[in-house]
Amino acid sequence: MVTLAQRVGAGPAQLATLVACLALAAYAAFFLLGDPALLRMLVWFAAAAVVHDLVVFPLYAGADRLLAALLPGPKVNYLRVPALGAGLALLMFWPGIVRQGEVTHLAATGLDQAPYLGRWLVLCAVLFGASAVVFGARVGLRRLRA
Amino acid sequence: MKFRSPLRGPWLTSVLGVALLAALPLVIVTGLLDYVAYGPGQSIPGDVGLLHLPAIDWPTRPSWLFRLTQGVHVGLGLVLVPMVLAKLWSVIPRLFAWPPVTSPAHALERATLLMLVGGILFEIVTGLMNIQYDYAFGFSFYTAHYIGAWVFIAGLVAHVVLKLPVARRALRTRSLRAELRVPTTAPEPVDDDVDGGLVATDPAPPTMSRRGALALVGGGALFVATITAGQTIGGPLRDLAVLLPRGREDFPINRTAAAAAIEPTATGAAWRLALGDRSFSRADLLRLPQHTARLPIACVEGWSTVQDWTGVRLRDLAALAGVPSPGSAFVESLDAGPFGRATLSAGQVLDPDALLALQVNGADLSPDHGYPARVIVPALPGVHCTKWVRSITFREA
Repeated sequence: MVTLAQRVGAGPAQLATLVACLALAAYAAFFLLGDPALLRMLVWFAAAAVVHDLVVFPLYAGADRLLAALLPGPKVNYLRVPALGAGLALLMFWPGIVRQGEVTHLAATGLDQAPYLGRWLVLCAVLFGASAVVFGARVGLRRLRA
Repeated sequence: MKFRSPLRGPWLTSVLGVALLAALPLVIVTGLLDYVAYGPGQSIPGDVGLLHLPAIDWPTRPSWLFRLTQGVHVGLGLVLVPMVLAKLWSVIPRLFAWPPVTSPAHALERATLLMLVGGILFEIVTGLMNIQYDYAFGFSFYTAHYIGAWVFIAGLVAHVVLKLPVARRALRTRSLRAELRVPTTAPEPVDDDVDGGLVATDPAPPTMSRRGALALVGGGALFVATITAGQTIGGPLRDLAVLLPRGREDFPINRTAAAAAIEPTATGAAWRLALGDRSFSRADLLRLPQHTARLPIACVEGWSTVQDWTGVRLRDLAALAGVPSPGSAFVESLDAGPFGRATLSAGQVLDPDALLALQVNGADLSPDHGYPARVIVPALPGVHCTKWVRSITFREA
């Protein structure tokens, strides 16, 4: 016999939790009714998830496959790790690096955004350079031991 | 789409999940505290019904309280970004699971997952843009970030209640300590009891051990901490905060005099501070007893700095205005912008280190730091430490 819980897909406690949490979110969203920018907020909310799942993830997963094809085996990590660091910094500090929000940045801080791109490039050089040094040291040690 | 990483599995996902579960409540609570710290009637957004912590009289002690709460909120929020991305990477096969919905309850769960994933990414994106002054989204940051947080909280609670038992079972399948001691690359066993679908059925050859993957995520968090913590902690770390507006600057500002349209004529010899029906020139104020206090100023955007402020105690000004034990004080600036006025509580006015500062570090305030006079109160959110003050109204209790 198929029980009600099986048909619904959850026990009463789990179902109550889901309904309560959905109600909480609906209650929170209720305070946005009448906000002229409500649609923009909803679009950005949905886009945050969609852009990650359908743009950011495929991009970095694809780049990783390319790297792994170029450099098979664990050696790929000497490129993968600094590339992840550089990509993470680019993603998080995108506005400053591409100079988005220049006017508000200047009004708030009295500084322009010009230095960020150069600093990010230096950061990339440091990450890839450090990785190359570790790689070189490991290869050297292995040769010494052999 | 084929997911072939030999690293994915319920154990790895659970380790990442539990780490996030330990840290996220701190980000949430400090964020909610900062809403309360703005003070009654001044929190943004204004009407949030029951969705706030109990309104408390925000204390002035310890003086680094707001520096701590906001530093943790922004700083830990930044550090968690690589962990969130790793967690999403670890569960991405579930997003494309087929059929997408298996039961009515599963449909509800997927709705809460959209709140969870959309919510955390929305909070990260709006938060990151706000601390970099990028307002391309075109809505109120405060409103969106606050309401978005509650939608995320709802999604998080649902996810934890539903998944914590599964995570517990998954964590019991292998020992974290053993995993960290020896690098292992064999995929986790497929075990339907601990939520199948994550382990690759046709795994690619391993390029990284599970220990290596955890080190990579931890290293990512450490990397972000290294290039961001300086904006809050200061000292030599400040120079490493190379990609943040408040890095590499010992004494940042939040609004220039030019942006606030402060005319030099308005702050020159003609400037007067209005205290009720009395008015004081800057020279008058300098003749009053001066007090120096070493206090932090901390911004909602996470940065903070500690400086030596000198000026007249607010409680002395209250006495001069004939209101020696005020219930509150209303401060107005020459700045006509949204933060050109603030209400201080009685505790904030009467604190012995609460000042109308005229000097900082022994020199007159610069125009960008609020010349001729600015408010500085221990633990008060920076945006309420009003610059270019033109009047203070002390109100009876």
